[in-house]
Amino acid sequence: MSKKILIVDDEPNIVMTLEYAFKKQSFEVFIARDGSEAKEIMEKLTPDAILLDIMMPQVDGYQTLEWIKSKEHLCNSKVVFLTAKNKNSDIEKGLELGVDKYLTKPFSVKKIVNEIIELLA
Amino acid sequence: MNNYGLITIIFAYLALLFLLVYWFNKNERSRWINNPYVYTLSLAVYCTAWTYYGSVGIAADSGLKFLPIYLGPVIAIPFWIVIMRKIIRIARQNKITSIADFISLRYGRNRLLGAIVTVVCFIATVPYIALQLKAISETFKVMTVNSTVKTNSIFNDSTFYIAIILALFVTFFSTQKTDASTKNKGIIASVAVEAVLKLVFFLAIGIYVTFYLFDGTTDIYQQVSKLDDFDKLIEFGGLEGGIDWFFLVLLSFFAIFLLPRQFHVSVVENVREKHLKKAIWLFPLYLFLFNLFVIFIGWGGKVIFGNTENSDYYSLLLPLENGHVFMALLVFLGGFSAVISMVVISTIALSNMVSNNLIIPYGFLDKLVKGNPQGNENYIKMIRRISIFTIIILAYIFYANFSIQMSLYSIGLIAFVVIALLAPSFFIGLFWNRGSSKGTIAGIVVGFLVILYTLIIPFIIKAYGGSVDFVNEGLFGLQQLRPHALFGIDFLSPPSHAFFWSLFLNTMVYLWVSVSTKGNYRERNYAEIFVDPKVASSLDDNAYVWKGEAYVSDIKNILVKFLGEQRTERALTLFFRKYDLPENTEFADARLINFSEKLLTGTIGGASAKILIASAVKEEEVSLTEVLKILEESKETIARNKLLKDKSRELTELTGQLKNANSELILKDKQKDEFLDTVAHELKTPITGIRGAAELLLDDADEMPPAVRDQFLKNILQDSDRFARLIHNILDFEKLSEDREELHVKRLNFKDTLFHVVGSVRQYAASNNVTIEVTTQRDAHLFYDEDRIIQVLTNLISNGIKHANKENGMVWVQYRILKKKLLVSVSDNGPGVPDEDVAFIFDKFYQSKNQNRIKPQGSGLGLAITKRIIERHGGFIDVKKEQKGGANFYFEIPISQI
Repeated sequence: MSKKILIVDDEPNIVMTLEYAFKKQSFEVFIARDGSEAKEIMEKLTPDAILLDIMMPQVDGYQTLEWIKSKEHLCNSKVVFLTAKNKNSDIEKGLELGVDKYLTKPFSVKKIVNEIIELLA
Repeated sequence: MNNYGLITIIFAYLALLFLLVYWFNKNERSRWINNPYVYTLSLAVYCTAWTYYGSVGIAADSGLKFLPIYLGPVIAIPFWIVIMRKIIRIARQNKITSIADFISLRYGRNRLLGAIVTVVCFIATVPYIALQLKAISETFKVMTVNSTVKTNSIFNDSTFYIAIILALFVTFFSTQKTDASTKNKGIIASVAVEAVLKLVFFLAIGIYVTFYLFDGTTDIYQQVSKLDDFDKLIEFGGLEGGIDWFFLVLLSFFAIFLLPRQFHVSVVENVREKHLKKAIWLFPLYLFLFNLFVIFIGWGGKVIFGNTENSDYYSLLLPLENGHVFMALLVFLGGFSAVISMVVISTIALSNMVSNNLIIPYGFLDKLVKGNPQGNENYIKMIRRISIFTIIILAYIFYANFSIQMSLYSIGLIAFVVIALLAPSFFIGLFWNRGSSKGTIAGIVVGFLVILYTLIIPFIIKAYGGSVDFVNEGLFGLQQLRPHALFGIDFLSPPSHAFFWSLFLNTMVYLWVSVSTKGNYRERNYAEIFVDPKVASSLDDNAYVWKGEAYVSDIKNILVKFLGEQRTERALTLFFRKYDLPENTEFADARLINFSEKLLTGTIGGASAKILIASAVKEEEVSLTEVLKILEESKETIARNKLLKDKSRELTELTGQLKNANSELILKDKQKDEFLDTVAHELKTPITGIRGAAELLLDDADEMPPAVRDQFLKNILQDSDRFARLIHNILDFEKLSEDREELHVKRLNFKDTLFHVVGSVRQYAASNNVTIEVTTQRDAHLFYDEDRIIQVLTNLISNGIKHANKENGMVWVQYRILKKKLLVSVSDNGPGVPDEDVAFIFDKFYQSKNQNRIKPQGSGLGLAITKRIIERHGGFIDVKKEQKGGANFYFEIPISQI
């Protein structure tokens, strides 16, 4: 069965590259343009991995992560922050909140895909 | 009027007064008592029976001559305020209770000087009190002239009983505390009430005479001008008369400072220094009102009675003659009030002096030192009570035996001349630090001998019908020594003449002796304090120089004898706390010595205090130069302390400023960090897009469908543009923010600029189905940087196009010039700016939370840059909601050159 991945980001150009790369690796790809859209999707399905941007309009990455942590059916989903914020304090804050991986922009699409596959193995 | 009836009224009045003072004392904290009006009215104790009756007599007999006595105080008032402020401060600091204390303190708490000043005051005051009693007695007679009951012996003389009641009254209210510096608020308030009564009643009789008995002032003048001796009433007396007036004015000028009762009400009973300010206009006004009708009552009496009656009592005789007994009674009570307040205050003042400056220091000090606290308190009270009775009884005897032949006016003037003996030491001593006690004593003695020779002896001889040869021919027949024309000065009236010579010789002797003898260090010490009260107030107890050896316990023993155990303990505890000394300090220092002297001054007088304290300590002689040096040093220490304090305050201020600057820097730093953070984030986004797309294009070139490949290439272009725009805007914003870029301001027509912008965005608007409407067409010339304003307009209009209604989008632009400003508004028919965004919309990189999930196409800096540009032009920009919805951005810039 193919793995489900949810990409949460408000930059369409970035999402487009990730979508293309994950689909190539036979992931089932879902896309949300911000936290609230992501929540809507996750109410209905449980992704294996969630790629989460932090700085988004309305509901941001931190809030979404907290929401994920409060949901029983999402407890096995891997959450990866994918963000331009690369200060140590930001990374610490993310890890403290229970994020599985913290990846910073700009990134190599190939590397992201490999990291996710490794995480789900 | 029946004299029993009058006696009843008098006693009822006295009883009322008693109750009044009693009630005032009970409510002594009341606003009604502690106010500047009471203070100023109490100064009116200056107006005695002499004013009340005597002025009228003078007006009737010699015209305007009554006036100088009131002109003096009026002229003195400005100086009075200044000098009194200084004196009140000194007096409060040193617990001064009388003018004798004050003068003796200035000259080193000199015992002999205190006694001499007391004697001078005594000589001036007792006949003056007698004069008041005489006024009571004579007015009583005038009032009861038709009564059948006649008085012969002392015990039938109601004046005697009135005197005794007054003595009881003063004793009862003024000797409740041993400390004479305690304020008699009740008595002062009653004096103020009496001041009102005597003025109102006197005005009443003035109006009565002028407008009821006569037809106004002109009528009186016309009638009196028909009299034979009218010329005498209006003449001024030429140059000689003028000089005479000058001396009389000067005499009363001194009197307002020096009369014991004036000193008492204005200094000793002063509750607040600022009360002085009210007196500056109220007291002259009071005197003016008092003198308003004097001349008319006097002349009116003269017209009606001719020379048949005693002119002093016209104000009583006129209503009595016309059968208006009640009117006369009011006048009588007014005069009676004047008498009571004068007698009461004078007696309090004089008895304090007599007990504290004469009896205690010269007779009872030893006895008091051996006694116990309770005994001493009773003893001191007893001394003061006996003084009060002695003064009043002596005054009565003087009245009964000597005053029959003397007019009110002449006795009053003699008192003034005598009291003026204190003028040189008082006034010069306040401003000249060399004035010495020896000089003062010598001056007063010489001055007094002059008065005795030129005024008192001739007066007595004349009054008792002695040989006037001595007066007319001079002593031993020497023309130069004629008492009223000493050394050929024969154009002055006797009081002026005596005053001139005594003042002149007194001053000369004072100055000469002071300069030519070596002063005592102690009096020089006090002199410094008096002359420069700033020294005293800044140095406080430190201002007094003292060297020697003393035990605190010895001093305490003395204090206990007069203040009692409890008060002494309390005072010493306060003292130790004030100077941060341990409670068990063994040796006394200069501060304690002076503090103790001050404590005792109120109870036994300054001179006695000094003697007592000196008996407990081993004092060393300090040289004059040393005194000055120590004072100078203390002054310097204080100044240095002040300097240090100032410096320390400056430092604290600087530290505060530094802290502020620092926190501002930290804030700036944080803002910079945040800015860089945001910039980095904004830049990373397009780079990430470019990198991802490029990576995929490279790796997956073979398998990628052409449509996807084209999309990725298009994305790369788009992101590159976005990247370039971002960098340009960031740099632009930075340049504007740090004012690095100059504005290229020129005078241009705003209309042209606007149409240029509208032309360049028309294409973009059309492609978005938006119409741009410029509703203003007129020229608007002003100074601005065209490129920048084009940037602003482009930004605002593009924003409008972006947010305008999708169906039939509209953007309106209008402008006008109002109050030297250009006002521009750009509005659209879109959804408008959400309320929660209005406050932040001009912030850099602000992203609305309500962007409806559509990523903004701009850099996040557009409005921030716009705002900077407008601000650089000296204007401001803001946004509001249109009434029909839609955003309205408006800005204004001044039309003048920035």
